[in-house]
Amino acid sequence: MKNRIINYLEMAGVSWLVPVVRLCSGENPREQFSDLFSGIGLPVIALVAFLFVWAGAASQVKTSLGDLPGPVAVWAQGENLWQEYKTERAKEQAFYERQEERNQKKLEKDPNAEIKVREYTGRVTFIDQIWTSLITVFTGFVIASLIAIPIGVVCGLSRNLYGAISPLIQIFKPVSPLAWLPIVTMVVSAVYVTDNPMFEKSFINSAITVTLCSLWPTLINTAMAVSSIDKDLINVGRVIRLNWTAQIFKIAIPASLPVIFTGLRISLGIGWMVLIAAEMLAQNPGLGKFVWDEFQNGSSDSLARIMFAVLAIGLIGFLLDWIMVAFQRVLSHDKNV
Amino acid sequence: MSKVFMFKRNEFEVAETMIQSEAKNNPAFLELSDVSIEFQTKKGPFKALDNVNLKIGNGEFISIIGHSGCGKSTVLNIVAGLHKATTGGVILNNKEVDEPGPDRAVVFQNHSLLPWLTCYQNVELAVKAIFKKRMNKAEMKSWIEHNLSLVHMDHAMHKYPAEVSGGMKQRVGIARALAMQPTVLLMDEPFGALDALTRAHLQDSVMEIQAELKNTVIMITHDVDEAVLLSDKIVMMTNGPAATIGEILAIDLERPRDRIRLANDKRYNEYRTEVLKFLYERQHRPSEH
Ligand SMILES: Nc1ncnc2c1ncn2[C@@H]1O[C@H](COP(=O)(O)OP(=O)(O)O)[C@@H](O)[C@H]1O
Ligand SMILES: [Mg+2]
Repeated sequence: MKNRIINYLEMAGVSWLVPVVRLCSGENPREQFSDLFSGIGLPVIALVAFLFVWAGAASQVKTSLGDLPGPVAVWAQGENLWQEYKTERAKEQAFYERQEERNQKKLEKDPNAEIKVREYTGRVTFIDQIWTSLITVFTGFVIASLIAIPIGVVCGLSRNLYGAISPLIQIFKPVSPLAWLPIVTMVVSAVYVTDNPMFEKSFINSAITVTLCSLWPTLINTAMAVSSIDKDLINVGRVIRLNWTAQIFKIAIPASLPVIFTGLRISLGIGWMVLIAAEMLAQNPGLGKFVWDEFQNGSSDSLARIMFAVLAIGLIGFLLDWIMVAFQRVLSHDKNV
Repeated sequence: MSKVFMFKRNEFEVAETMIQSEAKNNPAFLELSDVSIEFQTKKGPFKALDNVNLKIGNGEFISIIGHSGCGKSTVLNIVAGLHKATTGGVILNNKEVDEPGPDRAVVFQNHSLLPWLTCYQNVELAVKAIFKKRMNKAEMKSWIEHNLSLVHMDHAMHKYPAEVSGGMKQRVGIARALAMQPTVLLMDEPFGALDALTRAHLQDSVMEIQAELKNTVIMITHDVDEAVLLSDKIVMMTNGPAATIGEILAIDLERPRDRIRLANDKRYNEYRTEVLKFLYERQHRPSEH
């Protein structure tokens, strides 16, 4: 039972909770307290120290928008942003209720009356922008993985093909997202022409930019992992005469999964960084646009709001990586990540 | 369970007697003739083996011994079909070997179990691939379990390779190979990475299994005692490049063999000395060149 819980905690990447479990089950308390101290105590001390340094340093910097905000001001803006979101949702609900009521009345008078159902178009709040960014990065990342993993596997299997496209990979890999963006925008406007678009163009632009930048780590890691699989494992497959699909799905991919996952983690991290930059530059909806809008806005609260957004961006990036690690632990055989 | 596996064994024995009768007409059940191989390397072609000729009878246990790097694995890989000989070829049971296959199951030096599968699943992967048309689910299950119990791994078969010892992994590797019902079992230094005690245990297991199944086996080793203890014939290879077979020593010791009793046996020690003389007097270590 205890070991099961510990196992789950380690799977979930919260191994700092393990000493708590051990402590509750009455294991050597001294050892557990020392584990707790290094697992939770030290990080907390570092965090508090950081907050003090930030608060001290912030009060020394005078900007055109007033003092650089300290932790307290930033936290207050965070609460503000949450409040704005809640008011906006309340307004939205009220709008739909009114609309419903109006339509109901119309139908009572005349069952054949034409009723109008309009979408609520209110202010886009911070929380909405978070969702937009998350969906965009997820879309771009999934597309990138769906392209990169198969190509990586093929490259890993064929040295010649890898040699052939390796220069292309080396050239495109270091290109900044900001350089891709104009091209992507032009191509998307030229190619994606429909009367009834399912997705916003801006969404597609951002997602493709994420894809283009997060393709490479996964592709390179997959190719490397597949090409360096233990030859004996491949030979096992040859001796039992697996056909090539079984050879790939039963041996090559499972064997490479740990390294592929490392690539996926790097890709998602890059994708998240790239997305924020792309949103700022292209004014595409998302957290990047929020930051840019606040910067343009230039009110006395703006800096604190931007700082809160920066912290949120960091925290979300950290959570995304953490989710990937948890996936990696569950899906791949290498449990020591 | 035993019912199903009896049926399988019977089928196997029928096949075996058939093969044996064939083997009487043709004493070379497995034959390597004029095998040579050249590897293309960056420094140009490298001739690893030259003119290897070897005849092996059905049910014989052969070990190949030689200094490291002389080409033992290459010989085994050619028989397995994993490498192609540049000239010459291998004939097994009147058929030329041209690709790998389960009739020539290989036990690799470092077990080569798939780490994401349990011991059972590792054997299952092979059994499923080979017998998918001939066995139903229940038969497969009992066949897998039977082979794992042959190597004394039935107690830990649902563990992952990382959770069992090196010796146990090698046992599973042997079970996987046996489960393929090979005509020839090929083992490439199967116990090379194990400590002496574990190695002795595994050698006893192999002798036990060999007494029961009477497989044709080619085993590579660099351990003289192991070679003498297990084999019917010891094939001694000269040093590379262009290595070939230097000498073949028939080991005429009755079975079952007991390592403790043999330790003081005159013939056993003569055989041992003979192999040692070949390795250290006639073939110098590569490093002494
Ligand atoms: N695929 C290969 N390409 C080039 N040279 C090889 C290859 N495989 C083996 N060799 C060479 O052939 C010789 C024999 O190797 P091997 O059969 O592995 O030796 P052993 O198993 O006796 O230690 C060695 O010199 C080795 O470097
Ligand atoms: Mg070898």
